[in-house]
Parts: sequence; C-alpha cells; structure tokens
Amino acid sequence: MACAPGPDPRGAGGGHERPSWDNRLQYLLSCIGFAVGLGNIWRFPYLCQTYGGGAFLIPYLVALVLEGIPLFHIELAIGQHLRTGSVGVWKAVSPYLGGVGLGCLTVSFLVSMYYNTVLTWVLWYFLNSFQNPLPWGSCPLDLNRTGFEAECQASSPVSYFWYRRTLNITADISDSGSIQWRLLACLAASWAVVYLCVIRGIESMGKAIYFTALFPYLVLTIFLIRGLSLPGAVKGLTYLFTPDVRILQSPRVWLDAATQIFFSLSLAFGGHIAFASYNPHRNNCEKDAVIISLVNSLTSLYASIAMFSVLGFKAANDHGRCLDRNILRLINAFELPDQSVNRDDYAAVLSHLNATQPERVARLCLETCRLEDFLDKSASGTGLAFIIFTEAILHMPGAPGWAVLFFGMLFTLGLSSMFGNMESIITPLLDMGVTHRFIPKEVLTGLACLVCFLSAICFTLQSGNYWLEIFDNYAAPLNLMVFAFFEVVGVAYVYGVQRFSDDVESMTGRRPGLYWQVTWKVVSPLLLLTIFVAYVVTLARTPLSYKAWDTQYVRFPTRQEKSYPGWVQAACVLLCFLPVLWVPAVALAQLLAAHRRKKDTGRDRCPKL
Amino acid sequence: MLCLLFFLVTAIHAELCQPDGENAFKVRLSIRTALGDNAYAWDTNEEYLFKAMVAFSMRKVPNRETTEISHVLVCNVTQRVSFWFVVTDPLKNHTLPAVEVQTAIRMNRNRINGAFFLNDQTLEFLKIPSTLAPPTDPSVPIWIIIFGVIFCIVIVAVMLLILSGIRQRRRMSKGPTEVDDSEDKCENTITIENGIPCDPLDTKGGHINDAFMTEDERLTPL
Repeated sequence: MACAPGPDPRGAGGGHERPSWDNRLQYLLSCIGFAVGLGNIWRFPYLCQTYGGGAFLIPYLVALVLEGIPLFHIELAIGQHLRTGSVGVWKAVSPYLGGVGLGCLTVSFLVSMYYNTVLTWVLWYFLNSFQNPLPWGSCPLDLNRTGFEAECQASSPVSYFWYRRTLNITADISDSGSIQWRLLACLAASWAVVYLCVIRGIESMGKAIYFTALFPYLVLTIFLIRGLSLPGAVKGLTYLFTPDVRILQSPRVWLDAATQIFFSLSLAFGGHIAFASYNPHRNNCEKDAVIISLVNSLTSLYASIAMFSVLGFKAANDHGRCLDRNILRLINAFELPDQSVNRDDYAAVLSHLNATQPERVARLCLETCRLEDFLDKSASGTGLAFIIFTEAILHMPGAPGWAVLFFGMLFTLGLSSMFGNMESIITPLLDMGVTHRFIPKEVLTGLACLVCFLSAICFTLQSGNYWLEIFDNYAAPLNLMVFAFFEVVGVAYVYGVQRFSDDVESMTGRRPGLYWQVTWKVVSPLLLLTIFVAYVVTLARTPLSYKAWDTQYVRFPTRQEKSYPGWVQAACVLLCFLPVLWVPAVALAQLLAAHRRKKDTGRDRCPKL
Repeated sequence: MLCLLFFLVTAIHAELCQPDGENAFKVRLSIRTALGDNAYAWDTNEEYLFKAMVAFSMRKVPNRETTEISHVLVCNVTQRVSFWFVVTDPLKNHTLPAVEVQTAIRMNRNRINGAFFLNDQTLEFLKIPSTLAPPTDPSVPIWIIIFGVIFCIVIVAVMLLILSGIRQRRRMSKGPTEVDDSEDKCENTITIENGIPCDPLDTKGGHINDAFMTEDERLTPL
C-alpha cells in the first residue's frame, strides 16, 4: 500500500470545505450584532416617546411574538439546513422563487451603500471628539471678530456644526455642490475598516465581532450609570416612560410596532441566512431564534433607558438656562442686585413685578419656560444623535470623553450591522461560484467593498444627506416587506410546512409545535400583508417632499419643506420597485425555460415511436 | 461768589453725565456671577479705580494724554451694579466724542477687566462691542492626526492579512512536502491499492465519527 499524499482538507483545488464558526458564541454574537444596530438607539426611544411611553411595549411584544420570532426562525433554519446563501436557498426552495434571493442581494447592496455613509458621519464626529472644548460647543467668529457667524447665530452651534462643518449642505437637492474631501477621507477609512474585518469572511469577522458586538453594551452601561446620576434624569425617565394606555386604540401604533420589529431584526436581507449557513447541521436554531430576538428587544429597551436619562438631563438643563435668561432680563431691566433672584424665586418675583409694573414686564419679551415643553422635544435618526445628544454631552462634565464613548459606540454598532450586510452580499456570490478558484476570497471581498465605496461617493456631495434620506425611506422598506412575504409563503406553502418541520426536527431534534405551525401558515403572512398595504397607503398619501436647510428661508432655522423635482421622484419610484422586479423576472425566465424544455422533450419523444 | 461758581460747576457736571446723555455709556457689572463668594462690594473706592482706568485708557489716545481722573464723571449708580459715565475735556464744559472713548476702551479692555477680576461678559460696556478672542487653532487639526493614526493601522493590518493569506496559499499549493509535522504527513494520506483509495472515512486525527455520536451530543451546547 503506497502512502500517497491525499487531498488537503483546505483544498486549493475543488472540494473546498465550507468555513465554519469557531464556536457558537461567535455565531450568536454575529447575529445579535447584525440585528442590533443604529435603529435600536435612535428609532426605538423615539417611538416609545411618541406612542405613550411604556404602553408601546405591548404592541411591540405582540408583534415580536407573532411576526418577528417566526420569520427569524425560518431564516435561520433554512440557511442552516441548506448551507448556502440567500440566492441558493430560494432557488432550492423553488426555482420560481430564485428572484427573491437576487432581490435580497440587491437590497443589501443598496443598504450597504448608505449605511456606511452614516458610519462615515459617526467617524467624523468621533475624530472631532478628541479636543477640549468640543468644536460643536461654540460658534466660529465672523470676519471682523465682533460677533459670531450669522448662520450659527441664527440656529445653534450644534446645528451649524452638523449642517455646515460636516455636511456643508446645499439649500436644494438639485444643487449637488462639490465632493467634501473630509467626508471622502472618512468614507475611505470606514470602508477600509469594514474590509479589514470581512476580508476572510467569517474567519476574520468572527474575531472582530467579539469587540464590535460587546463594546456597545459596555458603553450603554456606562451611560446608564452616569445618566441616572445626572440631575433631571429621573424626572425625564418617569415622564417618558409613564404609560398612556389610551394610545393603544389607534391602529397607527400597532402598525409602527410591527414595522419596527421587522426592520429591527434585519429580516429579509439574507444576512441571517448567510450566517446560519456556516453552522454545523445539528444546531438548535429554534433556541437561537428566540434568544437573538429577545436580546435585540431587550437591547432596545436598555438603550432607551440610557438615552432617556441623558435626554431628561438635557431637558432639565435647557429649562434651567431658559429660566436664567429670563432672570437676567428681569435683573437688567429692573436694576435688581446681581444674583438676587434664583430659579426657585423666579415665579414669585415675576408675579410681583407683573402686579406692580405690567407694561414694563410685557415689553421684556420673556420666554415661557416649561419643563414639559423641553421633555417633549423629540427626534429620531441622525437628528437625535448628531444634534440633540451632542448638545446634551456638551453640558456633562468631561464632555470630550463622553463624546468619544458615544460615537465609538455608534460606530461599533453600525459596524457589526455592516458585517451582516456585507456577508449577505459576499456569501451568495461565493456560493454562486462567481469566483474562479484562482481568485482568492480576499480579492472578492475587496472588490465588493471597492464597488460599494465608489457608489457611495455620491453621498459625500453636498446634497448627499437629501439622497440618503431618499434611500432610507424608499430603497429598503417596501422591498424588504415583499421579500419577507415571499419567504414566509415560499416556505409555508411552496416548500411545505411538513417538509420544513422534518428538516427542523433533523437539526434540533424536536418537531416545531403548534405555535410555529400557526404563525408560519397564517399569522405572519397576514400580518406582513397588512403592514405592506398600510405602508403603501401611507406612502401614497404623503406628498413626496423633504426638509431643506436653507439659510435664505424666511423662517430659518426651521427647515423648509420642498417637494422633489420630477427626476428625483422618478428615482424614488425606481428604488422602490427595481429590486422587487427580480422576483417576476426570474419566475418568468424559469417558466419560459420549463416551457422550452417540455417542447424539446416532446420533440425528442416522437422519433422513438 | 466762590460758592456760586462751585454750584454752577456741579450743575454743569450733573447735566453732562446723564442716562442716555450725549456721548454717555452705560456700564453693567456682575461681580457676584464672576466671583461668587469672593465678590467685593461696589463702593466709592471701586468707582475711583474705574475712573482711573478710564482716564488711563484715554491717555493712550493721541491728543488726549492730559486726561485726568477728575475728567471722568460717573452717575446713576444702581444696586445692579450699573452706572453711566462720560469723559469731559480739560475745560469740563463738553464731553469727548463717543468714538474716541469707544476706541480707547476697546484697546485697553483686557487691562480694565483685569483690574476688577472680571471678563467681557461680567463687565459689560453697552454699545461698545468687544473684540472676541480668536479661536486657538493648532497648525494641524486634531482630527487629521487621529485619522492618520487609525488609517495607517488599518492599512498595515490589511496588508499583513493579505500577505499571510498569500503565504498560506503558496504553502498549500506546493504540496504536503512543505508540511512541517512529519506525523501529520502520513495521517493525511490515503492508502491507495490498485489506484483506488481504500479508506473512505475521514482519518484526520481526533475527528469525531458521526456513526457513533450519542443522543446527548446531537445538540451543541451553548
């Protein structure tokens, strides 16, 4: 018997073994990191605040149980069983559903483009946090150094830093302006960081995820502890979390809760399918689905407590300064001794002066300072992070340190979500055999990152923020809902719930119970259809408009509502519908191919007779 | 006669220094805001120092080197601490133009602030805008430095990973003769008889054989 050299298991030739996770913790952290993203920090607290505080948790949990967890389980189970990315999975479920996988790939590409641009802004703020005083704390001087820049004076230093020093935004979307080289440099850096982490697929990502998935929790805890000790925090928390149960009567709340759960878990991107495909075949995907969904929701809750305590501090601080400004006006006008009126005496002094000299008091134009008004000021998205929270940080002692922590947390949160997005692009490409065996994986991931980077350069233009809002509002939501609907229907009816349950039993050892069967067959498809229809109706009713930062506007610094020009509206419609077109296109192609095959076999049969 | 002259002079003085008078400026001090518990009380001695500082500032103006402390008049001192002042000419019959006083005060603002331990916000000269301090910009913005550090680290790490990947691939393509451990060499081989590999099972050392997996091991532990 010759002792001949056999094929190397890691194979440079064919028979290339699929990479796998080093341990289960890496896989769980990757899924959690993908699901937990920027939306948990700046979307969920806003929804909680708008929809009656603690009462919002009820529709949120109902949506999680009826829609989130079942869909998530489907994605994990099907990826783990078929051991291939989203394109291969849906082609295997049914050749007519192959378009779903391609559509998921397209949507992931579009989302990667603009999601990393948000990370670019976060990186820019992070880099600017290493100085004291923080650059967004004061206005720059005007030309003859007797006052501050007009634009900054009219709005606020924080808004000025965001709109002018970061974005350098134009007044209209049709005015593209020039490429901002600072943002371009930060964009290159953030894509370089993404490339560094996904360069070898899950081998490199699995190491990076330990830091990027766990660091945000550390920072949130630090913010929570610090936030709770700040004055005004507890008042803010109680005001914002006090449940208003009457709000549950409005259907809008339930719709937004279902939509939020759907996007929060990052469903229908194909990222979870990709992650699960690297699992060993025997892995309890049911337990994983429940664990990850619960961790995601608990993180949202935890983050909102930390955020609300800091925002409560900010509201108390703003309220105090409003009172101080009024007190100064009173003291200056009535020549009262300096520091003779403190905040508690203000009301009494004002009423006394109002009784004795009402005309003089009226001429002073005092502001109305109510704490509830400041607490009600809410925002979501970039406005919350870059304007409101940065202003809150300015007043905390040791501001640069808190800014570094906050933006570092946002960057790692977004980075772990980017891993999922990139894997949902790269894994299907690898599985489709796009790379010839002489092209190493590093080159493929590099090409993917390069293409995304070059496409994202359009967001570094001066009108980039307007375009990003378009992508955020139109590229992802509708398409994802359509794909998720096809996923559930495809698995429940085309693949068959019985066959799917057999697969799950072979992987977990337990057959899915009644809850899973009912939600997969009936509840989730119905829910998805409902929120899709409601979303389309809402979209159709709102006019296509955007809020522009126009210094020439009469009511500046309020943003001016402008409607999109025609070509931009066409772009919105394209973004909404182009990815979905993969589904009918592939189905049609399959139909034609099957028809041609039938014709060919029919023709072949005849000569044999 | 002398008394009459004295009354005349004080009457003129009173007319020259009036709230909203010609060439008069209002000053507002917020001593308690600036100094807290170390605040001093505003009395006539402090007024005297103020007049001295204004006279000193006027002396720096060309053609006004002979300004004396007595030429500076202060009136309407309130509890707030705020008052009005004017600077008169040596003959004490009219006030100096506001532009000259403004220029003098602006040029010596820091000295005046320093004499009272106050700053531009706590010692306000209404209608005299202060020149704001230029921002202290370092020659290289801080963000560029940190950006350079992070970018260099990332590029170096990417290069290292790519190079190690190339080295790994070259080692694999050269064949198992390059493999270091000689024991693994034979374990990785497949016995071939008549050109047909005999051992279909994966014989990599330490690998678990699926056929003998027990019930407990079917589910991977957390």
